[in-house]
Amino acid sequence: MASWGEASQSRLIGKRIARLSGKDKVTGKAKYTYDINRPGMLYARILRSDVAHAAVMDIDLSQAEALPGVKAVIPLTEAGRNLRYQGQEIAAVAAETDDIAKDALRLIFVELEELPFVVTEADAMAENAPQIRDWEGNQSKPGINEQGNVQAAFEEAAVTVEATYHTPVQTHVCLETHGHVTEWTDDQNLTVWASTQAVFGVRNDFARRFEIPANQVRVITEHMGGGFGSKFGPGVEGHTAAQLSRITGLPVKLMLTRRAEHLVAGNRPSMTQHVKAGASSDGRLVAYDMRGYGTGGISSGAGFQAPYVYHVENRKTERFNVATNAGNQRAMRAPGHPQGAFAMDSLMDELAEKLGMNPLEFRRINDSSEVRQAQYTLGAQEIGWHRRNTVPGSGTGVKKRGMGVGSGQWGGGGGRGTQARVTINADGTVEAVTGTQDIGTGIRTAIAIIVAEEFGLAPTDISVKVGDSGPGLPSGGSGGSQTTASVAPVIKTAAMAAKQKLFEHVAPLLKAPVDDLRVGTGTIYVASDRTNTVTWNQAAGLLGQESISEGGNWDQELRQGGVAGTQFAEVEVDTQTGNVQVLKIVAVQDCGLAINRLTTESQINGGVVMGLGQTLLEERIMDPQTGRMLNANLEDYKVPGTYEIPEIKSIVFDTHRKVTGVGEPPCIPTLGAIANAVYNAIGVRIRELPITPDKVLTALAEKKA
Amino acid sequence: MEKFSYVNATSLKQVTSLLSDSGWGEVMMIAGGTDLLAELKEYIETPKTLINLKTLPGMDSISADASGLKIGALTTVAEIAMHPTIQQDYTVLAQAAASVATPQIRNVGTLGGNLCQRPRCWYYRDETVSCLKKGGDICYAVEGLSKYHAIFGGDPVYIVHPSDIAPALIALNASIKIVGPEGEKTIKVEEFFTLPAANPFRENVLEPNEIVVEVQVPKPNPNTKSLYLKAREKGAPDFALASVAGVFEMMGKTCQTASIVLGGVAPAPWRSTDAETALTGKMINDSVSTKAGEEAVKNAQPLNDNEYKVPLTQNLISRAAMMAASK
Repeated sequence: MASWGEASQSRLIGKRIARLSGKDKVTGKAKYTYDINRPGMLYARILRSDVAHAAVMDIDLSQAEALPGVKAVIPLTEAGRNLRYQGQEIAAVAAETDDIAKDALRLIFVELEELPFVVTEADAMAENAPQIRDWEGNQSKPGINEQGNVQAAFEEAAVTVEATYHTPVQTHVCLETHGHVTEWTDDQNLTVWASTQAVFGVRNDFARRFEIPANQVRVITEHMGGGFGSKFGPGVEGHTAAQLSRITGLPVKLMLTRRAEHLVAGNRPSMTQHVKAGASSDGRLVAYDMRGYGTGGISSGAGFQAPYVYHVENRKTERFNVATNAGNQRAMRAPGHPQGAFAMDSLMDELAEKLGMNPLEFRRINDSSEVRQAQYTLGAQEIGWHRRNTVPGSGTGVKKRGMGVGSGQWGGGGGRGTQARVTINADGTVEAVTGTQDIGTGIRTAIAIIVAEEFGLAPTDISVKVGDSGPGLPSGGSGGSQTTASVAPVIKTAAMAAKQKLFEHVAPLLKAPVDDLRVGTGTIYVASDRTNTVTWNQAAGLLGQESISEGGNWDQELRQGGVAGTQFAEVEVDTQTGNVQVLKIVAVQDCGLAINRLTTESQINGGVVMGLGQTLLEERIMDPQTGRMLNANLEDYKVPGTYEIPEIKSIVFDTHRKVTGVGEPPCIPTLGAIANAVYNAIGVRIRELPITPDKVLTALAEKKA
Repeated sequence: MEKFSYVNATSLKQVTSLLSDSGWGEVMMIAGGTDLLAELKEYIETPKTLINLKTLPGMDSISADASGLKIGALTTVAEIAMHPTIQQDYTVLAQAAASVATPQIRNVGTLGGNLCQRPRCWYYRDETVSCLKKGGDICYAVEGLSKYHAIFGGDPVYIVHPSDIAPALIALNASIKIVGPEGEKTIKVEEFFTLPAANPFRENVLEPNEIVVEVQVPKPNPNTKSLYLKAREKGAPDFALASVAGVFEMMGKTCQTASIVLGGVAPAPWRSTDAETALTGKMINDSVSTKAGEEAVKNAQPLNDNEYKVPLTQNLISRAAMMAASK
């Protein structure tokens, strides 16, 4: 049975190894979809709705078609249909230059009849609001869940807290916007360069859409500039590019603008929850009653976790979606978890305070995860938890410091569906090929590490080919923190099989049985006689005109699901300006076996930054008057910059020697940790994200009054 | 953006004659372009002709002597921020310039452009929204989302002036040299900016055929302390939620004169004579500085979402006064 072996036996796995593509990325050599230019390529753009809700009366493409340089104009809606959110597609243009395409969009004349709209949850739920989809009152049928006896438990509770927590819609802000370059070699063969998290998913989607065999679509994603859950399919823009390409017989590039990226390329739904919870005098969370909702725009899917992480025996929850005239939600890094964690961790602190308990102790009582119990101890030590204000807001001076804690959990663990080949060539070179994609998480390097460990080589000796459906070795989409745990077992078993084959060639030369052979560093030797050895290249040379190429298989024993994490934050709040400066985050995260400790730490850093942005800065701002998103840019939609990034102590918390994955979970505990730290600093609780200076100053003014 | 012809400027005479009679928006001037290009791309402005000012000779330098500074309008924001004399003797100006945007923008953005930049208001910047500032019927901020809007002097357009440098120059009692077809004139920077009540469509007194060529700053007395405080949501790049340019003539901890000009809170840089009065002749301490802040905001008229700017502005003024007394 395969295993990853003991840590002490690992030469590479679990060590800190620089990303193989790092140099190409920082020098600009790495080519992203945005960088792909093909001979004769056209540039495409999409005309989008300016308004939140309208009926299409007429579309006139003729003037755009007549503009010199325009090669194709296609409608993406038609008279008689409705546009249901700002940014919805109306028509598309392909032209010789991007400037011509832009000009042509302004020559498309659309007659619209504007319809009543709702762009905020409050407006959508208001009495007499226009119904914008098949939900009465713009609310989906609630999902109700009850366990235990909530009413009786509240009677037993020594303290109760009732509060409303809110997180706004957050957009993904992929640095590389969504987009594709599409090229038909003939009417049955399509090549697509895609900024995607799912090379094979996109391949199959295009094949269905254009009714061609899947093996006649090739999708390439060599490097990818961020997806966070929003890039699993071609979307309207991908289909449009391929259609324009087919009509014109020329390659087409269609990348979304930043504005479109905010409007239509997905978002994390909002969350509002009214919650009442009770705890016993000995610190047990005994009762929980929550009614909550969120908006995923015109689509559903606005779920969130509640209660979260901490155990509560008696609970009742009621959740529903609110429809608004806004772009659809899509999966976003740990869907539903950060919102849920913010509310739950805030609630936990509020209860602890009423009980007069240290919030960390209160968590310990209600958290059944042994891993997190150990993480609490380590994290508290690292942040210096004893230094926190025992009385919130009791610090002196204008700038007040505070500390908070938050928790999270995630699944990961991978799954079936990856095919891979590991090839040893007679010249000693090694290739590892699979159809996964490196969306920035470092799977390319992880594959090299696994193969190099197995072969006694260096990661840089392994040529890793991912992000291409061409070789016909499928792998799943990169979502759910599943990539490494899905791919690693298959790569590992493929490498083991290839090694076994090589040993069979080497055994006669070394006059030793195959099972007595081992790899050294660039060598193969006989375990019972270590002086009996050949170099890797000599061994491979025995292959002559042949090569070894082995597939791998899914091995349950090499992976495991389930991770726990906790984070501690220290903040400084300027009580005169309302600014919250995060000084330090201690992020203790287990992820099973970290194949590459360095990129695992980077994942944690990235998650913390994203969680910090959601806590302090990010918010999609919809205007009830005009129906517009007012900050569909990066000026007023604020993401963390260097000034906002604190010292981040990312601790890879080793639990077991099986691969799990850690893409999503590190962005979860950050919200509660920072929000609780702000409360600890100023003694006023802000229950609505983001915690911006206006909210801090308003809360401080209310406290004073 | 719409197509336009591009003319390299050769002389001020040529520039003003190209600008003449065209009215607003037909012929426009470009220097750093950090604001104008965004407006062109968003179709907020659609000029037929752009005059490239960067080819004008002799307008991009700083001269400093015993009487003060002369700064050409084409001087970059970065050059102002990093000029040793400005850092030393005109600290508020160097700090204001350093707080602008990002290094990339400061390296190309010019003094003239910074003073003449257009509002950041999210309704104004959306091509598809026809607001009062662009000739429409209403200022959407009045009933709409007004977090970043004015608490002073708004009526009827509640934009805030986005310049950091302008409040600093006004606090330093600077003048601005303007050239038009009839020749040149020099006015106080304070008189350069106007409120929407006077003209809802423009933020300054410049005529369509005039150009800003130079800013002159008198040398502050040796006992002057000056500083710029800027509150924002993000460290950079971000515009001010509120800012304070403070110039104080100090005798020990006693404030002999104070010049307090606010940014980010009104459609033009906003001098707070109330705060100045509260500080002048006083020994600066907690209660005096607090009082100055309170006086400054007593006539504030916040909208739905920007009431927080009242304590913020008040606190920044108090902080500025305390810092002047402490350093």
